[in-house]
Amino acid sequence: MVPLYMYLLVAAGLFSIGLYGVLARRNAVAILMSIELMLNAANINLVAFWRYNEPANVGGQVFAAFVFVVAAAEVAVGLALIINIYRQRRSVVVDDVDMLKW
Amino acid sequence: MELTVESLVFLLFSLITLGGALLVVTTRNLFHGALFLMLSLFGVAGLFALLTAPFLAGIQVVVYIGAIAILIIFAIMLTPQVTAVRPTNSQWIAGLVVAVVLFTMLASVVTPLMSELGVEGWGAAFTETNPPPVPGNSIALLGEAFVDPDGYMLPFEVASVLLMAALVGAVMLVRPGPEDEDDALPPALAEAAGAAPLGESQE
Amino acid sequence: MTINWFDADYLPWLILFFPLLSFAIIMLFTTSNRTVSHVVALAGIGISWVLSMIEFVKVVWASDAHLGEEVFGSTIDWMTLGTTTFRMGVLVDPLTAYMLLMVPLTCLLIFIYSLGYMRDDPHNSRFFAYISLFAGAMLTLVLADNLLMLFVGWEVMGLCSYLLIGFWFHKKSAMQAGVKAFMTTRVADVLMLVGIGYLFIEAGTLNFRDILYNEEILHTLSDPAISPGVLFGGSVAAIVGILLVIGTIGKSSQFPLHVWLPDAMEGPTPVSAMIHAATMVSAGVYMLVRMFPLLSAGANFHHGEFSAPMILMGLVGGFTALFAGVLAVGQNDIKRILAYSTISQLGFMVAALGIGAWVAAAFHLINHAFFKALLFMASGVVIHSMEHGEHHAHELGVPHHPHPEPDGLVMDYVAPANDVRRMGGLLHRIPLTAITMGIGGLSLAGFPLITAGFWSKDEIIADAWHGTGAGYPLALFVLIMLALAALLTAFYTARMWFMTFAGAPRTASAAHAGIGTFRNRWVNSRWAEALRLEGVEVTRQDATSAAQMEIPLVILAFFAIFAGFIGVHTDFPLLGALDNPLHEFLGGTLLEHPTALDLDGLPVLLSVVIALGGLGLGWWLYGRRPLAESDLDPTEQALGAGVWRALQNRFYIDLLYRRYLLRPAEWFATTVVIQAIDKETIDGVLETIAESFIWLGEALKRFNTVVIDGVGDGIPRAIGDFAGWFRQIQTGRIQQYLLFVTLGLLAIGTLFLLQVL
Repeated sequence: MVPLYMYLLVAAGLFSIGLYGVLARRNAVAILMSIELMLNAANINLVAFWRYNEPANVGGQVFAAFVFVVAAAEVAVGLALIINIYRQRRSVVVDDVDMLKW
Repeated sequence: MELTVESLVFLLFSLITLGGALLVVTTRNLFHGALFLMLSLFGVAGLFALLTAPFLAGIQVVVYIGAIAILIIFAIMLTPQVTAVRPTNSQWIAGLVVAVVLFTMLASVVTPLMSELGVEGWGAAFTETNPPPVPGNSIALLGEAFVDPDGYMLPFEVASVLLMAALVGAVMLVRPGPEDEDDALPPALAEAAGAAPLGESQE
Repeated sequence: MTINWFDADYLPWLILFFPLLSFAIIMLFTTSNRTVSHVVALAGIGISWVLSMIEFVKVVWASDAHLGEEVFGSTIDWMTLGTTTFRMGVLVDPLTAYMLLMVPLTCLLIFIYSLGYMRDDPHNSRFFAYISLFAGAMLTLVLADNLLMLFVGWEVMGLCSYLLIGFWFHKKSAMQAGVKAFMTTRVADVLMLVGIGYLFIEAGTLNFRDILYNEEILHTLSDPAISPGVLFGGSVAAIVGILLVIGTIGKSSQFPLHVWLPDAMEGPTPVSAMIHAATMVSAGVYMLVRMFPLLSAGANFHHGEFSAPMILMGLVGGFTALFAGVLAVGQNDIKRILAYSTISQLGFMVAALGIGAWVAAAFHLINHAFFKALLFMASGVVIHSMEHGEHHAHELGVPHHPHPEPDGLVMDYVAPANDVRRMGGLLHRIPLTAITMGIGGLSLAGFPLITAGFWSKDEIIADAWHGTGAGYPLALFVLIMLALAALLTAFYTARMWFMTFAGAPRTASAAHAGIGTFRNRWVNSRWAEALRLEGVEVTRQDATSAAQMEIPLVILAFFAIFAGFIGVHTDFPLLGALDNPLHEFLGGTLLEHPTALDLDGLPVLLSVVIALGGLGLGWWLYGRRPLAESDLDPTEQALGAGVWRALQNRFYIDLLYRRYLLRPAEWFATTVVIQAIDKETIDGVLETIAESFIWLGEALKRFNTVVIDGVGDGIPRAIGDFAGWFRQIQTGRIQQYLLFVTLGLLAIGTLFLLQVL
């Protein structure tokens, strides 16, 4: 099989790309999508470690499944927030929502 | 790494995943970005399948591609700023550098590269290639574990509560108030918007 | 131990306690409500009066066998000074009991009278508080069993006198009169306090019974060989006695400290009646009667030896009696006539004490208190009535009194409502007052046989006559002075009464004077008709007020007649059957029982002649043909303008004091004390000290501003500036925060990898 580190390398790349998206994109929806990428990177790690170290233990897969759940919830709430902010301020650019400052 | 069918398939899915992800964070058109996100998530589903986790691969397709990505597309449609003149903010270079440094750091830790370069004690090289086989009834075991009181029944139920809470919360957040049914801006906020110009003008 | 408070030993405490309680209650709680204040004040003095009557009856009963032998009293520790403990106590002996018969009753009647007299005054409650305090102080003085407690009551009364004379303090003359009274009596009080202190040093106690009932102490004190006094080679008793007599000269307004009493008439009339006729001025005489054994110690006055204080009393009293009598003749202010009359009558008492007739003095004290309170209260009704008339006359267009009210005390100024020349015919307006005032006046003049004043005055004159017969020059002096004074007394009393009440009204004010509401149909029908024709309404309120003022007059008129019969000489025809209980009763007060003199017809005849002569002269000049509007005062005619003006100006004694005592004192105070000592010397030193401290303060202030404030302000300003700069990292942009978070994570990760952590 492909060595474990290859999966980890892919997950690291996916995570880094997601991080870049979160740090650099202006649109809140894009940031949300980048967060999804980072969650998926974590999921790849979870499943890969399960497969290579403890295939007899279902815990790895269970945790991956919980990440799905959390991701779904996060997307639902996050998108609702974005829509609400858009209604209030006619913008989804996060730089415009900077009232919480000095 | 020998060039087997399995490794070729791995490379293919890896490329789909990473390439889709790169396009997600770079494309100007947000709707295209959402489509690329679906592509990338599909690649991840392939990787799951390669790792003999067919249940998760299925869920990935159904939940992520079928539900979450569609939800995001709805959101994009509801917030009409799909294309942006300037998709990135002023700190994008710093973000890029941070991302690259992070990737380099992670890569140096998880791959045997550093030990091959002769640096001792740098991370751990995850070089396993032949793990034990997955039990044939792994999906059945997974299902039992979710509902087993000695297993993960309590977190499973908590997760369902979380989903419900998220659902209700989302509905509450987007429900239009009595005063902004036509999406009109309240007078006070209109003033504030006039005084401090918002994002569109900068784009 | 249970205390029966109605036991005669404890009862006196309560007698003096209730008026003081009333004062406290009114002052602290009820000043804003006049009705409650009236009730409290009347309740206080009323309870006091009832208890006094109980006490009096107890004393009389207890001393059934030997009238006056029994003494009640109780003491408590007051304060301990070194090895000596002052004890505060009450003492009820016959003399006190006799005073208790008069003081609370008079006070109660005057309280009732004040209800009417002060009805329209805005500071009604304050007035009742003061007179309650005064009543309490007078009772303290009467009931005290030692000289110090007596002095406390004495001084509190002085304070009340000051407060009440100046009660209408917005009138400058009232304010000045209050100060005058206070300062004049102060001169005497200080000397008296010196006397008390000296007595305490020599005798070791101030208790009456310890000193006055102890022949050994009296003998020791009075013998110059055993205990020589510090002055003039006299004995201690003589010096103390003289100082105490000086205290009385101030308090009882004797020459030469008599100047304050006529001006004290600036106070409300109830105050004049209570303080300046019945009680406070009598307190001086009471104190002398009380201390008589000490004053007469070492001298056998029955045989012509008089001690120094007695000679002083005889001279001062005799002179004052005649002097004030002369001045009373020349006054036109009805209250001032009575004031000089009071001075004169107090002179009678002091002179009586001077020749050893202390029982007669006490007798005259009580009788005088009754009829003089009556006369003052009646004059108050007259003044009220005249003020009413002034008001109406003014409304009817009669021009006002030509002389404007002066600013401050002026010797010969007479307030229009007080001026007897402006009265006349008031008999028909206020008949009850006229009758009672007539009774009081007859008693004052000593109308033979039926008035109280006759019996007490006769007793004094009889004593003087007796002394003269024995060849004592002092007694002769006293006899001549008092006989002349008594003649003048009768004369000016008649003048006052006839000018006030007889004949026809001499001014519009008198013609329109307010009417008394004595329910006499004759008066009511006749004068009410006249008033109706003039369009004047008599309201029911006037009626109550006048009744409150006139009813006490009737009660006092009773005493002005009948209070004398307890002292009629045993051998007197017909009335002698009353057996002269007073002499026995009072006589038991002192160690040495006085022996009643044999009845002598000549002094009685003298008294009768004097009284009838004076009254007859008065009637001849003023009553036979009452003064008409344009008539000149016959006395003024007879005396000539110069003498008359001297009388009006009180023989210029006040002026003399002002010029030769007050002005030098003022000059000394202004020039020497204020200017040289206070302003230049003391202020100079103080200012130098103050200026150096100001300089030091300025220096410290500069140090404070520059150094301490610099550091103190610098630190917070630096912190503020730093915070102002540093807070800018709070941009509100979450992606920036996240970037920092990531950088931090990278840093931590790097440290892990480099195995630093």
